[in-house]
Amino acid sequence: MTKSDFAVIGQPLPKVDAWAKVVGETKYADDLFLPRMVYGKLHRSSHAHARIRSIDTARARAVPGVYAVITGADLPRVKFGILPVSQDEEALCTEKVRMVGDAVAAVAAVDEETAEQACRLIEVDYEPLPALMSVFDALAHPEVRIHEYGDGPNVHKSVALQFGDVDTALTGADLVREDVFFFEGSNHLPMEQHAAVAHWGSDGKLTLWSSTQTPHYVHRLLAKVLDTPAAHIRVIATPVGGGFGGKTEPFAHEIVACQLSKLTGRPVKIALTREEVFYTHRGRHPVLMWIKTGFTKQGDITGCHLRTWLDGGAYGSYGVASTFYTGVINPVTYKMPVYKFEAARIFTNKPPCGPKRGHGTPQPRFALECQLDKAAEQLGLDPAEMRRRIVAEPFTKTANHLTITTIGLGECIDKVVEASGWREKRARFGGTAARAAVSGGSREGGAGCTPVVQPEPPSPKKPGIGIACSAYLTGAGTAIYWNDMPHSGVITRADRSGGVAVLCGATDIGQGSDSVLAYLTAEVLGIEPKDVHVHPADTSLTPVDLGSYSSRVTLMCGMAAIQAAERLRAVIFQAVAQRLEVSPTSLVARERKVGVPDDWDRAVPFAQAVELGEAIHGVLAFPGSYAPPKRAGKYKGGGVGPSPCYSYSACVVELTVDEETGQVDLGNVWIAHDVGRALNPLLVEGQVEGSVYMGIGEALMEEQVFRKNLHKQPSMLEYKSPTTLETPEIHTILVETDDPEGPFGAKEAGQGPLLPVIPAIANAIYHALAIRIDEVPITPDKILKALELKRLGKPARVGPVKLPLFTFKEPIVVESAFGQPADAVVKRPFAS
Amino acid sequence: MKVRVTLTVNGESREALVPVHKTLLEVLREDLGLTGTKHGCELGECGTCTVLLDGEPVLSCLALPVETEGCRITTVEGMAEGGRLHPLQQAFAELGAAQCGYCTPGILLTATALLADRPSPTRQEVKVALAGNLCRCTGYTKILDAVELAALRMGRQEART
Repeated sequence: MTKSDFAVIGQPLPKVDAWAKVVGETKYADDLFLPRMVYGKLHRSSHAHARIRSIDTARARAVPGVYAVITGADLPRVKFGILPVSQDEEALCTEKVRMVGDAVAAVAAVDEETAEQACRLIEVDYEPLPALMSVFDALAHPEVRIHEYGDGPNVHKSVALQFGDVDTALTGADLVREDVFFFEGSNHLPMEQHAAVAHWGSDGKLTLWSSTQTPHYVHRLLAKVLDTPAAHIRVIATPVGGGFGGKTEPFAHEIVACQLSKLTGRPVKIALTREEVFYTHRGRHPVLMWIKTGFTKQGDITGCHLRTWLDGGAYGSYGVASTFYTGVINPVTYKMPVYKFEAARIFTNKPPCGPKRGHGTPQPRFALECQLDKAAEQLGLDPAEMRRRIVAEPFTKTANHLTITTIGLGECIDKVVEASGWREKRARFGGTAARAAVSGGSREGGAGCTPVVQPEPPSPKKPGIGIACSAYLTGAGTAIYWNDMPHSGVITRADRSGGVAVLCGATDIGQGSDSVLAYLTAEVLGIEPKDVHVHPADTSLTPVDLGSYSSRVTLMCGMAAIQAAERLRAVIFQAVAQRLEVSPTSLVARERKVGVPDDWDRAVPFAQAVELGEAIHGVLAFPGSYAPPKRAGKYKGGGVGPSPCYSYSACVVELTVDEETGQVDLGNVWIAHDVGRALNPLLVEGQVEGSVYMGIGEALMEEQVFRKNLHKQPSMLEYKSPTTLETPEIHTILVETDDPEGPFGAKEAGQGPLLPVIPAIANAIYHALAIRIDEVPITPDKILKALELKRLGKPARVGPVKLPLFTFKEPIVVESAFGQPADAVVKRPFAS
Repeated sequence: MKVRVTLTVNGESREALVPVHKTLLEVLREDLGLTGTKHGCELGECGTCTVLLDGEPVLSCLALPVETEGCRITTVEGMAEGGRLHPLQQAFAELGAAQCGYCTPGILLTATALLADRPSPTRQEVKVALAGNLCRCTGYTKILDAVELAALRMGRQEART
């Protein structure tokens, strides 16, 4: 379909929830106040690793205003975790704490202050154990075990996959590069701290309101950890005040709020402090990477071998998936005929890492894109042209058996190159001028200079421009627990007013999923988005959606919403066709009417059409279901990576680096994103801009780091994140490829555009000063250190030099599927 | 120790009996039911809890109610006039400047103070004014666009009247 065929799709409409948000009416979890509600607080461990000898809660219980004090002994003794293979968490630790911040006991009291006071009076007798605070520590001390399970002492997960003969491919290359990179961890830093309100009613049924991105998974796990039938539990996801992956699994405070409500017979609220959010974490994994890639003289990749070591923190979280994601998406971008990938996630005594925007993929993307930049220079190629040449082919498979459908990356590169003035700036910035300045060389004097005019001193701010590209999945192709059910479900119900209700488990975390459901439904039924009432994320009322993660919601809920609306429309058409004595196939729905285009005067108003339909069919409520095509590679581990389709981004960053202070000032960011189709360009731009911003933070300042077992900067002041002043002008260009897998052709936009920003910044810094900072964040001290190395005539590189002593297991060897055509027939479950 | 405070919030006189150390943020949210004001850190770092005190942006997590007696307090709930939205609210909704919406009230109020002071700010002036308000969703782009659009519309409105 072309744009002009749509009424709603493609329009820059306000979000359906925008009005409530700008007047302060939106109720986030901490805005809920229920009658008789009390407040909960968690007593958290001050030890990074210790055995719990005993817990004394007597003094806490004696505090006036305290209603209940619990420890792990008051909860069913069952461990939980978001992934079925990593059930390693306890809401309240019973035997051991594995990080500072692990919850050990909890209090419910009349107000937060009393609860806090009582928490401080809980005495825990610990037997301290050695704390392992890095990947190197954890591997060096196998005698200290953080967990008793995994792929080795303190090894949570180890994977090794090989697709084709990588050794031969590298041997035959004109250029082989081996590089080592490090990507520091970071927190999501959502503006809203996690909060939950639990009400265990006198009927024995539990309701939990929570700022969660995954109400369905919380529902399932509450049943397990509370030993209560899931049928008696209702989880409602309140509007989420920023998620970015940080609210994607069940947390101790949610479970504890439920148990405290059960014991006190009152609603219980627990709202985390900002410090607790930093310790709850589940953010970006710190990843150390070794990457070896072969290139031809023309810049083609002959093969690639990647090794990654993830610092997982104290618990499994999504870590098994994260481990795979540090390897499996890289081959989706460029032609990469053979590929080998080895990875290990290591337990440490730090808050657990998990999914953050881009989940596991920004780190290897940084490594690959910086390495490509280095290779281009060695080969004498323009880094933009080199990338343009090696873009993967549409509707083919990758070495690791992922199916690429549409790919607009070539167009993305062309667009950012053109918009940024790449060629001219690439020649003018950086290069010899900057290098001469660094080495104390003289400033260029123009022919017109006269001796009487004193030249201005050379500016210490050196300009540079860099490029990078990326790909990201539009929804994980498999659920986190194996099942054959839909990943997304929608029920669409029309009522006699002409209003349409859409019930869907999707969770709006600000990305606009409620709005997308309204737009798609309105488009199909020929009504206005305002006529659609979206009821999201309530496990008792809405069909399951797996959650707002992996950029899956627009595509999966969108496809389900279209299916439900089309089923509703079919019945309405049948009824209207009878009334008008025409064929249903001659009808269209638009402008809140149903009729024959050539005889529009007789078109039936939508509300009346609904009545006609209801008179024939009965209640008009229709389900829509979606599950992705089954495309998992036929090898162990083949379930992580497949997606209905992939989005693509290309990014050019223009910046200056102050060679005296090491300060980086971003000038402009141009980013082109292949979104398949922009269902609402305003919202897509917003997702792209937000992704770019978050990438900037990770590239230049954000780091979740520890000192003496404690978070070094667990506050928003000390944990640096970009303000308006550090965020440059972002020029967003949307590229549409109309993907056959997406709703009206749409692909994801919320995560992918983060990825290229970070290496583009690193590459621009190199262009400015000819220094390589092979780790993020790229802070001024690292830039100054590299400049100092350069002055001393040493390699001007700052980055990791040491790799862990670690033997990966024998790889699973599979033939490369590179270049094979995508399956002609795509089997999509539940399709009409 | 509890004290009785009389606050003028959004033009209404409101009384509350609160512990003397309870912050304005907490009193607004918990005692006066004005949950439009949000919290992001409760340490004065993120700008999320910004309200206006006699038209000036103030971090309500660092203000004590007793200090604000006699001042005009404006929260996001007080920005619209009757059913008519403030031009900033209108522009924020139209341009997608509120994604998750959690930082939005604080930013709207900071921008209100800016436009009262400088009706036609440059983009850089808008950036400087909003530098104390963190937003993690938008990359600030749509927020800056919305403040500029509101300023433009308010200027036109001014010219007409």
